[in-house]
Amino acid sequence: MTSDEITDIEVKLLMEGIYQVYGYDFREYAEASLRRRLTQWLTGSGYSTLSIAQSHLLRDRLLFDKLLQGITVNVSEMFRDPSFFKNMRELVIPHLKTYPFVKIWHAGCATGEEAYSMAIILHEEGLHGRFRIYATDINEEVIRKAQEGIYPLQDMQRFTRSYQHSGGSGSFSDYYTARYHHAILTPSLRENIVFAAHNLAVDADFGEMNLILCRNVLIYFKLPLKERVLELFDKSLTPGGFLCLGTKESLEQRTIYDNYEELRPRVKIYRKRYEK
Amino acid sequence: MVGVSTGGVSALKFLLGALSVDFPVPVLVVTHITPDADDGLAMLLNTLCAIRVKEADELDVLLPGTVYLAPANYHLLVEKCGCLALSIDPPVNFARPSVDVLFVSAAEAFGPELVGIILTGAGNDGSSGLRKIKNCGGVAIVQDPADAEMDAMPKNALSMVTPDYIIRLSELPDLLVNLVSGQSSQ
Repeated sequence: MTSDEITDIEVKLLMEGIYQVYGYDFREYAEASLRRRLTQWLTGSGYSTLSIAQSHLLRDRLLFDKLLQGITVNVSEMFRDPSFFKNMRELVIPHLKTYPFVKIWHAGCATGEEAYSMAIILHEEGLHGRFRIYATDINEEVIRKAQEGIYPLQDMQRFTRSYQHSGGSGSFSDYYTARYHHAILTPSLRENIVFAAHNLAVDADFGEMNLILCRNVLIYFKLPLKERVLELFDKSLTPGGFLCLGTKESLEQRTIYDNYEELRPRVKIYRKRYEK
Repeated sequence: MVGVSTGGVSALKFLLGALSVDFPVPVLVVTHITPDADDGLAMLLNTLCAIRVKEADELDVLLPGTVYLAPANYHLLVEKCGCLALSIDPPVNFARPSVDVLFVSAAEAFGPELVGIILTGAGNDGSSGLRKIKNCGGVAIVQDPADAEMDAMPKNALSMVTPDYIIRLSELPDLLVNLVSGQSSQ
């Protein structure tokens, strides 16, 4: 048996142990990415194999928390895929404007950049005070960062460009204050966002959402978990509500596909039908 | 399995253009393209080449006679089941997609049944991935730096790996056909 094959077995054993001890279920995460992240964590951990690390991970909660940060952290940026946000303005916002109040679930919000991007769009489109974004992530550490809304100043140039390409109508610098090497987002953007920890693999649905954003999260899940999470979203969405996925994610061939129509080809914004 | 960067489009046009529609194995390609590119390159190559070229989608099952191009701004990985996966993990060697990410996951999935190729390009992406392919018993090929439009990527690869072949682009199609005839490799 090769060393790679033994690592495979170690990954499976460790994920089973973590599930039984801590209740976090990574057994249905896509293997190649999970293994890559575990290998990176192992390299920095000082342990020579996952088997040796396992004995400590299952007994030491603090050590496990560090591993959890390493394998669940997702990167994010403001207005990633500007064309997506442009389509959001053109295709979705006009519908949302007809509601007295709009509830949005942003699942897998990571460090919050996209949740704030969404808040900026809703402010600019005149929905101020009429919406709430529930931004959730499995990783409590990134939720704390998201709540702060402080990002490296060096990223702002790129974010500004993306904001402009997304159809931004204002001046992006109005949304943050530069302080030393950081950009602090305007506190008013946070007023309508509730950040909370939520584990898509085991936790329950959020009721009566008008819009669910979950971009580039499902790519990390194996098919059965993808299906389960999509059903969770389907349950949480009101009829006529919108589901937004990442550029390379699709509802096609998934169980809930028939309940939805895609607003524009390749845009990955789906609308839930009123009757089945 | 091809990693290619600067100057890669013309190299790909030549290499993929020389492969026939009944090429017996799948081909995976990472090329360093701008993050906001769409699938235009895949569509262009598909019209220019006999072999089928598509942008890689997650859960794609690898088929012979098909070229899968890593999409812009995503890493491309191979699962053990022989299907594809994507990730938005941070750039590796300043690149997303990264050649190393694909090569390492493919080496873990396919072991000796893999051919890794580094073509023209800037930077050092692909070098450690090619070493991994070699360590897992696969075949490593590097374009002769003197033949490459940009020689940094092949040169860096040669500094880390002793490949099985160092060849000119013009010789590559025949070599690949010989390597994969009668066996199943990528």
